[in-house]
Amino acid sequence: MSKSPSYAALKAGLAAAAIASLAACGTSSSSGGSEAASSLGATEGSVSILAWPGYVEDGSNDPSVDWVSGFEDATGCSVTAKTYGTSDEAYQLMQSGGYDVVAASGDLTLRLIAADLVAPVNTDLLDNYAGIFDFLKNKDWNSVDGVSYGVPHGYGANLLMYSTDAVTPAPTSWDVVFDKASDYAGKVTAYDSPIYIADAAVYLMAHQPDLGITNPYALDQDQFDAAVALLKDQKANVGEYWSDYLKEIQAFESGDSVVGTTWQVIQNSITTGNTDVVLPEEGATGWSDTWMIASDATSPNCAYKWLDYIASPEVNAAATAYFGEAPSSQAACDFRDDCEAYHAGDADYASKIWYWTTPVSECLDGRTDVECVDYSEWTKAWQEIKG
Amino acid sequence: MTSPRVSAYLAPRRRLQLAGLLTAPVLWLGLVYVVALAALLVTAFWTVNELTGQVQIEWTTENVVEVLTEALYRTVTLRTLGIAVLVTVLDVLVAVPVAFFMAKIAGPRLRHLLVIAILAPLWASYLVKVYSWRALLSADGVIHWVLAPFGLDTPGYGIVGIVLTLSYLWLPYVIMPIYAGFDRVPDRLLEASADLGARGWSTLRSVVLPMIWPAVIAGSIFAFSLSLGDYITAGIVGGTTQMLGNLVYTNVGAANNLPLAAAISLIPIAIILVYLAAVRRTGALRSL
Repeated sequence: MSKSPSYAALKAGLAAAAIASLAACGTSSSSGGSEAASSLGATEGSVSILAWPGYVEDGSNDPSVDWVSGFEDATGCSVTAKTYGTSDEAYQLMQSGGYDVVAASGDLTLRLIAADLVAPVNTDLLDNYAGIFDFLKNKDWNSVDGVSYGVPHGYGANLLMYSTDAVTPAPTSWDVVFDKASDYAGKVTAYDSPIYIADAAVYLMAHQPDLGITNPYALDQDQFDAAVALLKDQKANVGEYWSDYLKEIQAFESGDSVVGTTWQVIQNSITTGNTDVVLPEEGATGWSDTWMIASDATSPNCAYKWLDYIASPEVNAAATAYFGEAPSSQAACDFRDDCEAYHAGDADYASKIWYWTTPVSECLDGRTDVECVDYSEWTKAWQEIKG
Repeated sequence: MTSPRVSAYLAPRRRLQLAGLLTAPVLWLGLVYVVALAALLVTAFWTVNELTGQVQIEWTTENVVEVLTEALYRTVTLRTLGIAVLVTVLDVLVAVPVAFFMAKIAGPRLRHLLVIAILAPLWASYLVKVYSWRALLSADGVIHWVLAPFGLDTPGYGIVGIVLTLSYLWLPYVIMPIYAGFDRVPDRLLEASADLGARGWSTLRSVVLPMIWPAVIAGSIFAFSLSLGDYITAGIVGGTTQMLGNLVYTNVGAANNLPLAAAISLIPIAIILVYLAAVRRTGALRSL
């Protein structure tokens, strides 16, 4: 019996399988905008949450830090949580699906909305929405055409962390990681995300005013090139970039990093006590986060319950205090004694932080005579900076 | 009963038998392996929506051209290649004496102990091993502590750290084939060589080395190809160093540009194909 017919059949079968699976994978088209829920049904028994580290604590990191158990007891929705290190990572995870709720910063929210990955939120269904600061509601980064896409959580600044034994006197300016970075060669650290280019832009705003930067997320080509050049100089002194916050904690504890950008929660987590944080005089980039519901959520009712629960003053106070950021409501300050330090409710102060925003080619600062560098170029430049 | 009837039905139908036997493994190899690879290669010629980052089927060679022309990819390719070659050479230099000792000098008891000792690390998670190297290389780590009295310091996180860690990780995969290769060299050949007046060095060069060469190449394939694709080690002990795998990772994770990531991943595939083609001539693939 000849071998060739069965071999040919086999090849044909393989080819058919290949075509079928190629057609099935890799692409998806976005359908029309999804609708917000008009009423709530029975809870589904579980909810899957994607959030920044420190946002969904069930006591496993620190037994005294637990607001998930209270939610589970009250609603019967068991919580599974996953943390992420950069907004880009979160975007990737949301694309892969499987999450009901996401805590997103301003450089992520609009991308999620544009890709139809999150649904509008009917804030009338949330008892605690009314108490939230007005200056956080229906902003560019959490609504589109007056339609709310989520519930504000908290806001804060990316701080400068330094090792108190290696960096003296205590720094007051970002120059320790830029112009004076060579004093700490090999021990400087920086946030490993294209959005960090904005930190360089904030520094240039104060130190090279002739560049005319008015918004670190609206950079024309010249301003962008200056920021990239600054970061390329910085790279020679950087020991490592961090996006995993545990990696930064460990690097500062062991002394591998002595100065660099950080979050308050990292300072709170360091047990060796040899570090301190400061909000430098140039100002800083920061974040204003929003709880959003996935458009393909399998547990939308539990998701609404979570949004309402996390916005309640007591829980919001606990979560934002643990992360080290200002809470979303005045009532939450009754449960915190450090609201002053974070300038909670001070709309003027909140406006001085440059909240993460996705850079687009239409300049965010209102300039129409030039085109700004968009985020895909930021991403490319970031890879080149790291070399 | 059904089963005799099935047998009777199948008996004269050889092709159906063959189909029944091969469907599952062919589907596995076809769908899981070949198609996944083909999908990857095809993706390199697609494009993404700038805002949403979703893959669009619009044929373009832009990604491949970008990978071939931009200086960033050239630099990172050369760096990755250098690291892979260095790791391979280091591993072979360590593995040959160890394998020789195991196969020719150690008694059976010691030999078994050594085999266990070399294979034992494979039971531990890759991440655990890389993180322990992070601790070792740290500014207040063991390496610093041991070297400080001699006026030296830990190499810290960087290319040296990557090379050390990868060499450690892949060493068992290099020792085992070379050990098997030495095992196949009959002792009497060494004795005959000595009887004919050859000293240790010329016996090694003219008798042993030609016989174990395919085994060395086989081991080098593991060290080389595994190093070429690694990115986790570079992320943990590499400091600011980027390897090709890191670029693929950032393009999937941060940049959300799957087509560009696929285009970058063509580089290591091309390198490995060239390497395997060269290796095939030595006959080493038969001794894997």
